[in-house]
Amino acid sequence: MIRPLPLLLLALLIAVLLSLLAGRVWINPLHPDTPNALIILTELRLPRALLALIVGAGLGAAGAAMQGYLRNPLADPGLFGIAPGAALGAVLSFWTGYSAAPWTLPLFSLAGAAGAMALLTLIAGRNGGVALFTLAGMMIASLAGALMSLAISLSPTPFAMSEIVFWLMGALTDRGWHEVWIAAPLTLVGLVVLRLAGRGLDALTLGEDAARSMGMEPRRLQAQLIAGVGLTVGAGVAVAGIIGFVGLMVPHLVRPFTNHRPSALIVPSALAGALLLLVADCVCRVLPTVSELRLGIALSLLGAPFFFALLLRMRRGLV
Amino acid sequence: MLVAQELVVTKRLESVSASFRAGEVTAICGPNGAGKSTLLACLAGLLSPDRGSVTLDSALLSNLAPAERARLIGFLPQTPEVAWDLNVETLVALGRLPWRASPEEDAAAVEAAIETMDLAALRYRVVTSLSGGERARALVARVLAGNPRWLLADEPLANLDMRHQMLLLGALRGLAKQQGLGVVLVLHDLAQAMNFADRVLVLVDGSVLADGTPQGALAADVIAAGWGVEVCWLGKDGAKALATTG
Repeated sequence: MIRPLPLLLLALLIAVLLSLLAGRVWINPLHPDTPNALIILTELRLPRALLALIVGAGLGAAGAAMQGYLRNPLADPGLFGIAPGAALGAVLSFWTGYSAAPWTLPLFSLAGAAGAMALLTLIAGRNGGVALFTLAGMMIASLAGALMSLAISLSPTPFAMSEIVFWLMGALTDRGWHEVWIAAPLTLVGLVVLRLAGRGLDALTLGEDAARSMGMEPRRLQAQLIAGVGLTVGAGVAVAGIIGFVGLMVPHLVRPFTNHRPSALIVPSALAGALLLLVADCVCRVLPTVSELRLGIALSLLGAPFFFALLLRMRRGLV
Repeated sequence: MLVAQELVVTKRLESVSASFRAGEVTAICGPNGAGKSTLLACLAGLLSPDRGSVTLDSALLSNLAPAERARLIGFLPQTPEVAWDLNVETLVALGRLPWRASPEEDAAAVEAAIETMDLAALRYRVVTSLSGGERARALVARVLAGNPRWLLADEPLANLDMRHQMLLLGALRGLAKQQGLGVVLVLHDLAQAMNFADRVLVLVDGSVLADGTPQGALAADVIAAGWGVEVCWLGKDGAKALATTG
């Protein structure tokens, strides 16, 4: 078995250094005579790189935990309804016009994520069963989606409408340090909670009855999942909009390099998610398109064929 | 001693009392829908009875912390599932989850369980690629790695051919006799219960119909009353087989 952590850390280090240099303006480290190089680095590239790492780590770990919890390799954090909840919060901040102030959009978005988490706990928390939980998550996701569409269709001005649609595509453009300060602590706490859920997820590998006989407490594990996924995904959506497929793809890519225990997948998935988002964001930045390719779209373009290939492979396995 | 006292589970069990001794293999038998799995789930602490109680060495099972209960009672569900492509060693190591022991202790317990179930050659094989018999052995080894004092298994012989049924029952019987493990099995095969169990508990419609030695609890008249089938036992000493007469 290859140990994935040292490799991932090395790749991350290289990717961070490259991401600081790459962009519309390339910075040559040997001849740092680019005008405003220091400002570009400290005010634009560094916070953007950090944000890609934070959001990617959160989405990767949340995906790994979700797949472990649902015992399904096709599970994605979006299924929980937390990302749509957070997006609904953000949409409402545009709709009401509060998004003009710098902190309100992420705060509205976090409130939306918290609302989705509370609703999930309320509906599914009593018995701790996985099936009810999934259905509740899907219900919340479709409700939030419907409310978002309603808000878009009733938007007060065409400008608000285009702003909402554009924001929903997900990106790290024009983000700064204050987004980093919002996302970093929440994601970090979320990652710790997800890592702590690892033992319960391992037990769940053998089914709910066997897991309970091994001391797994379903309600506790569910609360850990809601909190962990809520914090990581909620914080990610609040600062970057909806970025899909990271949570689906990353655990797949990492799983063959582990012993397949769900707990062994969470930290490597966080690192690989961070790497994927950072590299994808750099590619979006340097592609010679008229306006920058949105990160959310780029990852969907990458993720959808991946998902398709996965389905085909699973079908082969089943036939 | 694992004791069930007047357990009532609505529509499943009607005041079932039974006690199980360590070092013995007890088989719970009965027709479909008799409440066997419900009783086993209560004994494992997975289901809280509506009335009555389960005590383990005079401590109420419901008062034990889940992890503490898990260290004492190992449970093998009726349809064991294994998500993900775990290899045998990783699967067996999952049995250590209730413990927060040192890596050396965990490794030693996993090693012992692998040896007991004769899995050394299959250690790195992916569980889903194993045959039914090998898989059953690996799943039992997972429970044994937790060093439980009780092993509760719901129809562990399902999907096993006769040779593997006998090997598994022989191994469990050996553990009961040599290590004092308390073994409680839900069995459908009455001949296997007769040949391998020290005691048999017959449940019918949520009540205890018979409780005692296999010869007494599985006598032809009990089988006629419980299953509605006329049978007789063949063979006097040693292994016995069941033949229908009706």
